[in-house]
Amino acid sequence: MATSASAQLSKMVKQQYMELPQGDKVQAMYIWIDGTGEGLRCKTRTLDSEPKSIDDLPEWNFDGSSTYQSEGSNSDMYLIPSAMFRDPFRKDPNKLVLCEVVKYNHKPAETNHRHKCKKVMEMVDHQIPWFGMEQEYTILGTDGHPFGWPSNGFPGPQGPYYCGVGADKAYGRDIVEAHYRACLYAGVMICGTNAEVMPAQWEFQIGPCEGINMGDHLWVARFILHRVCEDFGVVASFDPKPIPGNWNGAGCHTNFSTKEMREDGGLKFIEECIEKLGKRHNYHIRAYDPKGGLDNARRLTGHHETSNIHEFSAGVANRGASIRIPRTVGQEKKGYFEDRRPSANCDPYAVTQALIRTCLLDEEGEEPVEY
Amino acid sequence: MATSSSSKLSKAVKQQYMDLPQGDQVQAMYIWIDGTGEGLRCKTRTLDSEPKTIEELPEWNFDGSSTYQSEGSNSDMYLIPQAMFRDPFRKDPNKLVLCDVLKYNRKPAETNLRQMCKKIMGMVQNQHPWFGMEQEYTLLGTDGHPFGWPSNGFPGPQGPYYCGVGADKAYGRDVVEAHYRACLYAGVKICGTNAEVMPAQWEFQVGPCEGIEMGDHLWIARFLLHRVCEDFGIVASFDPKPIPGNWNGAGCHTNFSTKDMREEGGLKYIEESIERLAKRHQYHIRAYDPKGGLDNARRLTGHHETSNINEFSAGVANRGASIRIPRSVGQEMKGYFEDRRPSANCDPYAVTEALIRTCLLSEEGDEPVKYN
Repeated sequence: MATSASAQLSKMVKQQYMELPQGDKVQAMYIWIDGTGEGLRCKTRTLDSEPKSIDDLPEWNFDGSSTYQSEGSNSDMYLIPSAMFRDPFRKDPNKLVLCEVVKYNHKPAETNHRHKCKKVMEMVDHQIPWFGMEQEYTILGTDGHPFGWPSNGFPGPQGPYYCGVGADKAYGRDIVEAHYRACLYAGVMICGTNAEVMPAQWEFQIGPCEGINMGDHLWVARFILHRVCEDFGVVASFDPKPIPGNWNGAGCHTNFSTKEMREDGGLKFIEECIEKLGKRHNYHIRAYDPKGGLDNARRLTGHHETSNIHEFSAGVANRGASIRIPRTVGQEKKGYFEDRRPSANCDPYAVTQALIRTCLLDEEGEEPVEY
Repeated sequence: MATSSSSKLSKAVKQQYMDLPQGDQVQAMYIWIDGTGEGLRCKTRTLDSEPKTIEELPEWNFDGSSTYQSEGSNSDMYLIPQAMFRDPFRKDPNKLVLCDVLKYNRKPAETNLRQMCKKIMGMVQNQHPWFGMEQEYTLLGTDGHPFGWPSNGFPGPQGPYYCGVGADKAYGRDVVEAHYRACLYAGVKICGTNAEVMPAQWEFQVGPCEGIEMGDHLWIARFLLHRVCEDFGIVASFDPKPIPGNWNGAGCHTNFSTKDMREEGGLKYIEESIERLAKRHQYHIRAYDPKGGLDNARRLTGHHETSNINEFSAGVANRGASIRIPRSVGQEMKGYFEDRRPSANCDPYAVTEALIRTCLLSEEGDEPVKYN
């Protein structure tokens, strides 16, 4: 069986230890994004009392030469606490703390997109931008093969698995159920889940989140997913095209609206945004995966409910387009739109930032503006 | 072993997560019938508080191009909540929500047979039509072979298995026990279970349900069965003839009565209904499985306690007939009758609607009447 050795360790033994009272001391697990822009790292420190807000959490540091982020000769990097959540693994009063990474010279690390994102969000906060991101992912065994797939072959073709039920349709639901509850406990704004088109592929949705919260909540939701899978002994992959051929890829469709779009007559503003996006396709493609579009090139083929990476398109209820306007929005003439281009392994800070820059700050051309 | 990988994941680990408090937030799992007319699909959304009635549940939508229900270029379909149940998997306050499916133009999807059924039931509600459906099913391993059967062969012939007990007679009772409790918790009107004639085949009965409730409760009971089997790592099949040859098929015998039939002298109305049914056999056969009779053709052979698909018959205590009048009903001259023709994979909305149309609305001929 392709589950990890760790998963075989006695959970009863572990539970006995986890039930030990901890007095006033609190464990705070600091979480950050590493040099790949996709990987998450974490380490824990003891605090003398429960932090009530993010301001109670001290700055910290770590060895960036071990996370693809710096050279050994000058490797200290800073962790700046940015968002705090309840810890569903160690439970109350312990915390998960999402951090920004800052270099020795106090500039943001290369893969710290949060810093610029926050700035851009502040510039438009009066427009009350809301986001919802649909995170797709694939469960793999420790052998790297999708979980539940026959070890030397493939399941039956796609068709019965989307939102499916039954042992022959849904592979790994325990992970989804555990992750959902863990997110609810932690305070992550998880708003739904469903089984996806490829067997062992699932999706959860985070939102509606305003501004910088979108990136924070999605990154913590991803961390929780990795930890839950680790407990079960399997692996969550955000690779955008895990299996080549006639198998769906994994995306992170991003829904976006402003206060104006949500009010009567909002469709006009939605259409204006789509026009702006239509002129800046390549800039967005570069922002929508951690390799400047190379990852998405394997996924955005024009088949399997994707648009082609080379063309921009938009349409009502059209899942083959870059931008989809939900049918209800087309009818009510207000609401939001869905950008279907972001890859499953995108950085949500980069994605949400790009949408604000193009749609609300009217930027044009290949490069972001320096404010 | 033909159980799924998923079922080998640690349930102790899962339980730790399921024990986490969820505050005021509630998970609502929306359930619908897909384009095959047999398959069930589901997805979940978070609500900010516990819904007390079905009216509090918002409409939703889904991608019909992934469920054999629409094209990719115009794929949004609507989910309209119709019946709410407690969730036996996630437990209170979480809910299961059975939904109608509408197309992009708000017309019912092709396999949304509930909408018309509800209309028909509305026309005869003063007659208080009651139904009880006996759902047979077969347990399969993930290899597609019946659960517990030798992997490259067959068990001993039928005879000892019906209502049997013992490891050599009853295959998979855990599923039945778990499903029964899950249905009771959920509020589904499950009224009984028994082991069936073929080993690894079982039956549960849902009812008595009035009107549209029959379809709602049976579809949710089926969903619960699929989810319970998924947890155990095996598969429930509603195929009407899973193993060809000298092995029973699986049906969904449907018991039916009206207030008149249940009262003194009711046998007269039962016999009138049977006469009407006799004149409309083909119409009912087409309504009694999702393939217009093709599925049932493999099952209704005239053997294995079935009637022949090409002939209509009725009789007291006769399990080889299309319609069976239970002996007690024949004696008390009132009660109900049993239509033994529906297939295990029938749509209960289609079945109950057909019975109302023929027996109570006195319809004739091959086509249903269009009412305003």
